[in-house]
Amino acid sequence: MAKSVHEIVNSPKFKSLVSTRWTVSFILTFLLFVVYYGYILLVGYNKEFLAQKIGVYTNYGIVLGILVIVLAWILTFIYVLWANFSYDKKVEELKKEIK
Amino acid sequence: MQTSLGTPNFISILFFGIFVFFTLMVTYWAAKKTKTAAEYYAAGRSVTGFQNGMALSGDYMSAASFLGIAGMVSLNGYDGMIYATGWLVGWPALMFLIAEPLRNLGKFTFSDVVAFRLKNRPIRIAGAIGTIFVVLAYTIAQMVGSGSLIKLMFGIPYEVAEIVVGCVMLCYVLFGGMLATTWVQIIKACLLLFGVTILLLLGLSKFGFNPGEVYGAVQNLPAIGEKMLKPGGLVANPLDAISLGLALMLGLLGLPHILMRFFTVPDAKEARKSVAYATTFIGYFYCIIPIVGFIAAILVGKDIITKVDKGGNMAALLLAELLGGTPFMGFIAAVAFATILAVVAGLTLSAASALSHDIFVSVFRKGHASEAEQVKVARIAVIIFGVVAIGLGILFKGQNVAFMVGLAFAIAASGNFPALFMSIIWKKCSTAGAVTSILVGSLSATLLIILSPTVWVDIFHNHAAIFPLKNPAIVSLPLSFICGIIVSLMTPDKEAEQKFEDEKLRTYLGIGAE
Repeated sequence: MAKSVHEIVNSPKFKSLVSTRWTVSFILTFLLFVVYYGYILLVGYNKEFLAQKIGVYTNYGIVLGILVIVLAWILTFIYVLWANFSYDKKVEELKKEIK
Repeated sequence: MQTSLGTPNFISILFFGIFVFFTLMVTYWAAKKTKTAAEYYAAGRSVTGFQNGMALSGDYMSAASFLGIAGMVSLNGYDGMIYATGWLVGWPALMFLIAEPLRNLGKFTFSDVVAFRLKNRPIRIAGAIGTIFVVLAYTIAQMVGSGSLIKLMFGIPYEVAEIVVGCVMLCYVLFGGMLATTWVQIIKACLLLFGVTILLLLGLSKFGFNPGEVYGAVQNLPAIGEKMLKPGGLVANPLDAISLGLALMLGLLGLPHILMRFFTVPDAKEARKSVAYATTFIGYFYCIIPIVGFIAAILVGKDIITKVDKGGNMAALLLAELLGGTPFMGFIAAVAFATILAVVAGLTLSAASALSHDIFVSVFRKGHASEAEQVKVARIAVIIFGVVAIGLGILFKGQNVAFMVGLAFAIAASGNFPALFMSIIWKKCSTAGAVTSILVGSLSATLLIILSPTVWVDIFHNHAAIFPLKNPAIVSLPLSFICGIIVSLMTPDKEAEQKFEDEKLRTYLGIGAE
């Protein structure tokens, strides 16, 4: 039995879809901020740490710089996994209820 | 080292000619498929997530980031790496906050999304203003930068370079619309990633394929070695660095020519994939460019790099010449030229779409215009903007326009992003609030940049800057949000609030998306 727009939008299932989506987004965005601005503040306030060597020639600065890019990518990857498996599934279920 | 940079170089011109010929063929193919507005602005929604990811990367990895960052690392060392990192971090934010709702709610431009449930006219006009401000600043930076780069690479006079760029770019956009510009970007992105990877591998081969050895050799450089691997003056003022970071991260979410690409894919899931792929390619690019820069510092040397161009922009090309001879340098130079062409094409299309789709069709014609007419008006807007771009490029010759990219990002972050985001997630966002946010953000960002050291002191030669930071985002972005929120609360829009609920099916499930 098809439901009206109003019924769907106010259904607990839909509301939880929306709130989960934004919770995931905001947590990931927050982590992104922490990673990037953490790095910037480290560069601004603790240059000595970054100059410290790790390995023969490489220093922490170089490793952390690359790590920020890699972590940003990992956060993206996490979102895509969540969206593809959890979010899309719920979307399909809700769409069926409308038909 | 003797370099053939600066003199017209047969191989470069040949490679470039092949690229232009091939892409014009693509344009011809695209033109035959471009009849409707959806085809002209959004490539008929026929682009896949992977293709769009490549196109987005192509649009974003401009000549400035390729040549500029490689040059910055070769001269200043680690600071260039910090800069490179900032350029990538906007992409995850774009994914988390904007990409999918944008695709679901909009049609061709980001103003479509903001105007979705708010009053059309004021939003369209404000959105078009925000778009044109950003695109103009970005385009001037690209045109001026490209003129000098082409002069350096090929020895062609500046004005001729501007006209060549303008005309070829106009061909892509005028005849082939979004479909052509998308495929030009994809081709260019492939060439760029391929070329830079080869440059990296050739360079690393001199160090036993061990980046560690590169860093070791950098340290042994006379005089500057010690400083190269440590942060220098870029983050001297952490507040400035945070402001720049905000502009780079959230400005991406307000760049019209990037957002426009999201409407070329069929649905939100493909939009999601686009960002995932783009983040991968761009992340890879910004990881390897600094290594290329360091290798240039060692093998080519600061003296030669600065002799050819003070800003260091030729470092990557000189390295290519050293490692692969004139043919390889020719290839990389052609790719750099292609990069410039493709980015300006994308910018022109987005400015034209603001003029034609947002202003002419939506405001003047209230949405009623035949397909043929929409495409015709779009093409006229393209010609207008193309001519303006060439003119401005020539007008600003020799000016220090590096700040303009920062300006574009700051206006995008303060003017476009807040209104876009609020209209998607906040029920009480009203028409007046959104318009206020766009105008306050754009104007405050522009004003503060004029009062900042880069313009007030360096360009106007005043004694001290009135606004101390180089980038205004840390002030203008929150200001835009606050003003938008206050005005929205003061001018509630019941109709818009009701539509917010109804539109949720479209925002989150994609039902009814165009």
